[in-house]
Amino acid sequence: MITLLHAQTEVSSKTAIARNGDLWISPHELERATGWSMKPEGFCQGDVCVPVPSGNRSGYVDGERVNVAAFWRRLGHPIVHDAAGAVWALGTAAADRTASLQSLEAPDFALPDLAGVTRTLAEQRGKKVLLVTWASW
Amino acid sequence: MWQSIYADLEERNFTVIAVAMDDAEAARPWIEAAKPAYPCLIDRDHHVADLYNMVNVPQATWIDEQGHIVRPPENAGSSDAFRQMDRVTKQMTADQLAERERTKSIYTAAVRDWALNGPASAFAYDAAAARARLRLPDQGTATAHVHFRLARHLLRIGKSDEAARHFAEASRLHPESWTIWRQAAQKDASGLAAGPEFWARVDALGDRPYHRPIDMKGI
Repeated sequence: MITLLHAQTEVSSKTAIARNGDLWISPHELERATGWSMKPEGFCQGDVCVPVPSGNRSGYVDGERVNVAAFWRRLGHPIVHDAAGAVWALGTAAADRTASLQSLEAPDFALPDLAGVTRTLAEQRGKKVLLVTWASW
Repeated sequence: MWQSIYADLEERNFTVIAVAMDDAEAARPWIEAAKPAYPCLIDRDHHVADLYNMVNVPQATWIDEQGHIVRPPENAGSSDAFRQMDRVTKQMTADQLAERERTKSIYTAAVRDWALNGPASAFAYDAAAARARLRLPDQGTATAHVHFRLARHLLRIGKSDEAARHFAEASRLHPESWTIWRQAAQKDASGLAAGPEFWARVDALGDRPYHRPIDMKGI
């Protein structure tokens, strides 16, 4: 069992293969974990498509599997895994965070309250929001 | 702490969203004691800290009705007066407590002013000023957050030694983050990461602030 962590998503896969720093998953798992999908144009999300490098297609696509680790590194995002290759965390590049913050559009998020009800920033649109952090530690 | 502001200003189209950089069970007693009327959310993997490049608590950002950042993330009125507390008795002097109250009052008054006056508030930045005051992450910070995410998961599945290695790497890559360091650190009986290692790390700041002073008159 391999677990992929991305943003607030956690996807477990019985068929994923971790090998030599690569992580091969199904296109369906790629989409569930990251929101990117495999199309003839390459890896796509919304209006953006990133072509599979033509000189190294087999490093990214192998039959029914895609190498999400190679793809993630190609996008410039950080990716780390545990020693066993059983848990992989897919991060987001500083450039993406920076661009988002510089737009001054407050990044949305979805988090649970104590009752487990998911709340978002977006649902408060139309109100002024003081977004404040705290911790018990 | 924000409940009275929320109660006073809720009718002015204002809300608070309090995000606990914490496990639900650690946050629970505090939330249940306060019973706030505004959303209190649990961010156990510090996702909001990653999105907004936050490094400590309490930090706050002001977001207007159109979802735009009006004041980028900053210290929400805390003071470094605690650094002078008696570390044995954990007592603060009257002067230190007064200083803590002073900075808190200045900040909360500013929040009220903005809630009432919106963009006309002296405390609301225009877009250029807000942009200029953003603290932007570098790739070390981005990588730190993914090590932290992995570490928190490894801790949940019982791999605490391996988690510790990733927490350490996260702090190495993003040393200015107190949220990463304190979440990972040993806690005392009351759940505080305030042992000798914490104080040593605070002292190592030297003249640098623990809570960065904010751009408000009097602070």
